[in-house]
Amino acid sequence: MPASLHLDLVPLLPELVLTVAALLLLVLGAARERVRAAGIVAPLTVLALLVAAALAGVLDRTPQTLLGGHFRFDAMAAFLKVLVFLGVAASLLLGSSYVEDERIDRFELPLLALFSALGMGLMVSAESLLGLYMALELQSLPLYVMAAFQRDQLRSTEAGLKYFVLGALASGMLLYGCSLIYGFTGTLSFTTLAQSFGPGSPAGVPTGAVVGLVFVIAGLAFKLAAVPFHMWTPDVYEGAPTSVTAFLAAAPKVAAVGLTLRLLMGPMADWVGQWQQVVALVALASMVLGALAGLVQTNIKRLMAYSGIANVGFALVGVAAGTREGVEAALVYVAIYLAMTLGAFGCILAMRRQGTYVERIDELAGLSTRQPLLAAALAIFMFSLAGIPPLAGFFGKYFVFFAAVKAGLVWLAIAGVLASVVAAYYYLRIVKLAYFDPPAEPFEPPSGPGLRLVTGLAAILVAGFVVLPGPLFDAAAGAAASLGPPAPTAPVR
Amino acid sequence: MSAELFLFWLMGAVTVASAVMVISAKNPVHSVLFLILCFFNAAGLFVLIGAEFLAMVLVVVYVGAVAVLFMFVVMMLDINFVRLREGFIEYLPVGALVGLVLLAELVLVAGTWAMREPTTPAAPALAEAVDNTRALGRLLYTEHFLVFQIAGLVLLVAIVGAIALTLRERVGVKRQDVARQVHRRPSETLVLERVEPGKGV
Repeated sequence: MPASLHLDLVPLLPELVLTVAALLLLVLGAARERVRAAGIVAPLTVLALLVAAALAGVLDRTPQTLLGGHFRFDAMAAFLKVLVFLGVAASLLLGSSYVEDERIDRFELPLLALFSALGMGLMVSAESLLGLYMALELQSLPLYVMAAFQRDQLRSTEAGLKYFVLGALASGMLLYGCSLIYGFTGTLSFTTLAQSFGPGSPAGVPTGAVVGLVFVIAGLAFKLAAVPFHMWTPDVYEGAPTSVTAFLAAAPKVAAVGLTLRLLMGPMADWVGQWQQVVALVALASMVLGALAGLVQTNIKRLMAYSGIANVGFALVGVAAGTREGVEAALVYVAIYLAMTLGAFGCILAMRRQGTYVERIDELAGLSTRQPLLAAALAIFMFSLAGIPPLAGFFGKYFVFFAAVKAGLVWLAIAGVLASVVAAYYYLRIVKLAYFDPPAEPFEPPSGPGLRLVTGLAAILVAGFVVLPGPLFDAAAGAAASLGPPAPTAPVR
Repeated sequence: MSAELFLFWLMGAVTVASAVMVISAKNPVHSVLFLILCFFNAAGLFVLIGAEFLAMVLVVVYVGAVAVLFMFVVMMLDINFVRLREGFIEYLPVGALVGLVLLAELVLVAGTWAMREPTTPAAPALAEAVDNTRALGRLLYTEHFLVFQIAGLVLLVAIVGAIALTLRERVGVKRQDVARQVHRRPSETLVLERVEPGKGV
């Protein structure tokens, strides 16, 4: 028996809560009638996610590696888990009235979201290549099904199939990269990788492992929807049911950025010279393409897809810096991105006209006269996404660019500022349409208490961030500090 | 000739012969049956070299699941195999070329393997004598326990997803309801009538 097997499962509690909840709700949902099952499973799913988030927030944050070295709990994992679980819960609340209107309120939908959240939680705690891959699969498999959930609509099934096939390709690349790293280093464990190839180790970085790392980055870039692996994003965002799009755009991005940070700034922190150029280039391309391609969109879901691509680019600027400030800035950025995206999708999900959901951008004309509160919220999120000063989005961008400049990537920061100026055009166009254009037909009032709650809360967070930015910065700083060289524990062979 | 060697030649010959039959049999169902024979003999070869876990997996997964699936596909889809075979002569040169390249590669691999300089073995031998099923089980249930469990969850998600995407509730379809059948009473369905002789009901 290996000595590494010690059954201290306390750091795994959030995941255990989610697993048990998922299994129980599966039985509950299957035992009940179709319509009533969804009405019970969805609120209980949100409850389980909130409990898991609270547990992740209060657990002891001393870095611990457990279960044979596949799982690590530290301040970074805690920070990201709180974000991810809250994000999933919020997107479920946002979509609750949409799924009823579109008649996709079956209990499998929240259940799949729960499994995906479990995968995200394991992703941000991954401490070995095996754990990384399995968690990533557990996270993405439910997403493919959710994208195709409106199976009677061609667009939705197309989105699901496209996402699935391209996702399988990305998984293949990632796995190939993992096998190369394993083959050239002889270990799966991040801990051993960091010890064997850290500073002062006699062995240089094997070339084959660097090739493997590039493949792994390519696979992760697909999951992040970063250029040049972004092609699936607009079609999937447009085709999937809007509530699922809100889900796709929010929490999985946070988890994927967390995983990228954990891999690149954990065991690969000393290989920064090998991966910095790749990540910087991906960040640059994402920012530029997201900004330019967004200009010509007419569908607001496609616009949000390109906005998401650009935003991932900004977060990757922080990763590319390769410093502790960079990690901190990237973490702050994804936290703010989560609030902004959820809020923006809340506004999109709130806009209904004669029973159908509005998706074209020019149909937003005159929103402010009909729905002043909704228009104000939309304006807040769009100004924040554009990076206009007192709002949260400005600080997110400011800190990633600052970190990049400090790390000597001045050109990347300048490109990022230019890209965000270009992107500001399409965000501000939405505000202009909502406030200054003659009103079109009236909108129905936003339905659903969950939607109003989440959108309102997100608006307050985004607008009020400037008053009380301390807690987020402290938490991100603590999380970034915990990414240092891991404590020596029994590694995976 | 030792028994082991005899078994090797026997099963090797049957493997190759059945593999040839897989691609040359006229009836696709026969092809699948020969494929199963091929799998069984390959499993026997695995047992001979001491890889009993692989042998079991081959039988359980390939014979038990994949070959049965093939059988379903072959029997349910109406594929015209005669038309698939058309142009066999046309494509023969290309096929032969691919085969030759593969053969050359195999010879090269075997040659370098035979002429390699003696080095330390790639994988260190296990200290105690454990068979490889036990060794794999130990790893799966100890060091890789978490990953093993996640794999189980991924499979569960696949089941839930497949059902969610394909199960349709049809209205107007008569379904068997076991509880209703069991709770049916004779008094609900049977009426005893006293029929006068010669009159009918």
